[in-house]
Amino acid sequence: MSLTPKDKATVKLFWGRMSGKAELIGADALSRMLAVYPQTKTYFSHWKSLSPGSPDVKKHGKTIMMGIGDAVTKMDDLERGLLTLSELHAFKLRVDPTNFKLLSLNILVVMAIMFPDDFTPMAHLAVDKFLCALALALSEKYR
Amino acid sequence: MVEWTDSERAIITSIFSNLDYEEIGRKSLCRCLIVYPWTQRYFGGFGNLYNAETILCNPLIAAHGTKILHGLDRALKNMDDIKSTYAELSLLHSDKLHVDPDNFRLLADCLTVVIAAKMGPAFTVDTQVAWQKFLSVVVSALGRQYH
Repeated sequence: MSLTPKDKATVKLFWGRMSGKAELIGADALSRMLAVYPQTKTYFSHWKSLSPGSPDVKKHGKTIMMGIGDAVTKMDDLERGLLTLSELHAFKLRVDPTNFKLLSLNILVVMAIMFPDDFTPMAHLAVDKFLCALALALSEKYR
Repeated sequence: MVEWTDSERAIITSIFSNLDYEEIGRKSLCRCLIVYPWTQRYFGGFGNLYNAETILCNPLIAAHGTKILHGLDRALKNMDDIKSTYAELSLLHSDKLHVDPDNFRLLADCLTVVIAAKMGPAFTVDTQVAWQKFLSVVVSALGRQYH
């Protein structure tokens, strides 16, 4: 399920339109994931508050989006580009990789809300493929 | 038995009451077939599914999308016992249609994305929580009778 040149172009195009609101989008997607899939809250037991507007959620939403934005620039070799991040997730954070799918869905939901007409099935396909490839690269160092 | 709060019932009822079943059914099923092309395996008799454009114009797929939404409507009208309501439908998907139940989740995700696009900012976190809870109960009931 590798990314075609058209997929990459689509992802870059949407990312260009989203990068200005990265913090908002990240916080929104993260809030939705925490609410819809309460099991994901287990990774954030050290936060003061997990509610949508909280500083921790906003900050982490931004961190995640910066990571994804970085991945967009490294789409041609995600495995190499995300090596350090993969090591972080594998050895320190130890997030069960099935959770990457849960966040991905919520990023797609936020994109559908932001771009109701432009987030066509083909655009959805391209972004979903990218997020899957990203998740795969992130879990590369797990075992 | 699944417990629903008054708020969840109100949210889900409201979503359905503002839904064009034909539009949302068609869009969701088409999106599923395009984003997850392996799901096309179940639609061999549905005519041309060659690419995204032909899928989006396919009248048989559109009709089936509407059928799916009407199926969800039955769950809405029997929210306190979706499991029994869907028992026959579950057997049908298992024994006659031979659908891998993981595909129900894929369609559910596409439904969520389509409804998010339709409702925009009105698709709040609370709305999404209630909606996805409803869909997960539906998906679970549909897979319940597999053996």
